[in-house]
Amino acid sequence: MDKLGQHISQQFDEELEDIRNRVMAMGGLVEQQLADAVKALGNIDAELAEVVITNDYKINAMEVAIDEECVQILARRQPAAGDLRLVIAVIKTITDLERIGDEAERVGRMALHFAETGGESKMLVGMTHLGEHVRTMLHDALDAFARMDTNAAIAVAKQDAKADREYESILRELITYMMEDSRAIPNVLDVMWSARALERIGDRARNICEYVIYLVKGKDVRHVSLDQVEAHARNKDNA
Amino acid sequence: MTIDGTQAQEDKMKSSTARTHAINIGDLDRTKSMGQEGEIEITLNVSDLDLYYGEKQALKKINMEIPKNRVTAFIGPSGCGKSTLLRCFNRMNDLVDSVRIEGLITLDGEDIHSKHLNVAELRRRVGMVFQKPNPFPKSIYENVAYGLRILGIKDKRRIDETVEKALRGAALWDEVKDRLQDNALGLSGGQQQRLVIARAIAVEPEVLLLDEPASALDPISTLKIEELIYELKDKYTIVIVTHNMQQAARVSDFTAFMYMGEMVEHADTNTLFTNPSQKQTEDYITGRYG
Repeated sequence: MDKLGQHISQQFDEELEDIRNRVMAMGGLVEQQLADAVKALGNIDAELAEVVITNDYKINAMEVAIDEECVQILARRQPAAGDLRLVIAVIKTITDLERIGDEAERVGRMALHFAETGGESKMLVGMTHLGEHVRTMLHDALDAFARMDTNAAIAVAKQDAKADREYESILRELITYMMEDSRAIPNVLDVMWSARALERIGDRARNICEYVIYLVKGKDVRHVSLDQVEAHARNKDNA
Repeated sequence: MTIDGTQAQEDKMKSSTARTHAINIGDLDRTKSMGQEGEIEITLNVSDLDLYYGEKQALKKINMEIPKNRVTAFIGPSGCGKSTLLRCFNRMNDLVDSVRIEGLITLDGEDIHSKHLNVAELRRRVGMVFQKPNPFPKSIYENVAYGLRILGIKDKRRIDETVEKALRGAALWDEVKDRLQDNALGLSGGQQQRLVIARAIAVEPEVLLLDEPASALDPISTLKIEELIYELKDKYTIVIVTHNMQQAARVSDFTAFMYMGEMVEHADTNTLFTNPSQKQTEDYITGRYG
């Protein structure tokens, strides 16, 4: 859409540019929260975990503010076509970003609990890896959003399957710990919930990629297989 | 005026009326989901229409189908030819001296420029409402009865019934039933416009052409006209020209975007306003046209 010309109303251009910038800012903050949460868990760092937990309110506030701006644009500008799709994509993207923020906070809480109860770091081996993987997915999804790059979006969406596999392998490993020593179960459960949170973040990064394809191509590719998504993205290759 | 009716066009015309055929503009499922079942029939068919005002070409190779019992909206910047195209449908352009038309327009499969066709009868079948309400300086009753009297109907009871039916159809009856003999010019602008619509539908047309029907009206009267359009499409095929894109988006099933005399894009309204296929359309509806 950035290939399109300017609106006659410069004010409208500025408003659309502003919500895009604010989504990017929100995305940057969510990415930071996720990185810190994964680090806090990996290093069993209670202090950093506290930071993650207290910072979540900032993400929530940004979601509310961007939502409000989108509602104002809908009410006052009645956007159409690409402009309309941008506003819709923004509204959906920030919902997923806010949820990713919640998941990061959840991981932070687990990290804090894990530190307080003295869990063993050997349980966390796969976690850092999965965390890094979904953080990269989120980063690349936001990048695809900023550049409206459907190919990049598809590449990120494809990474989700790998996150799912890693999650399953972590689960198998954690089950063996539980079988070995039932006293470890509370700690293992913490790790398990964290792994689940990270896996969900991968799903939500994929959602954002789907909104990018909707924004650029006008095709709703939710609940569609990746092959079909690629076919949609190839069609009408004018964007 | 020259009419270039080639054999191929005539064949096309016949085939388009011999069967109800699927329109190739957008998917039908979408209109079905709007509560309209069944196959779409084509009322008006335009093929390779060129129109010149003197040397200036105002319409260039227009090809389109206007589906029956649907609302089709024409949008586009001033001077793009949308009103000119609308006026082709009931041969209003005949009244312009220097006009020359090539190509074919059919109404229910019948060439509207055919020598055998009575133009007055065509204009009864294809009614028209203009931007500015233009009631006659007569009573409300006489305005609606006018077309019937022209048709030679004298039976008072039949005229009474038709006037009431037309006024009800135009959602005006309740407001005027107690003052049918008052002068129509005493009505508000919105009421006058609905009166004019009542006058148009009193002669039971098949098609209603609306040229900016609400642009001189306040927002509430505009909404009443739009509501009326929605109700009227059960009985009539409606073609509306509007500068108000939101209005096109609200009332129409199909939208045609015209630019510099050409039909740039004609698609179902949902598609055109969310995901147009042409960049020119996108620029226009998002306000980037300049």
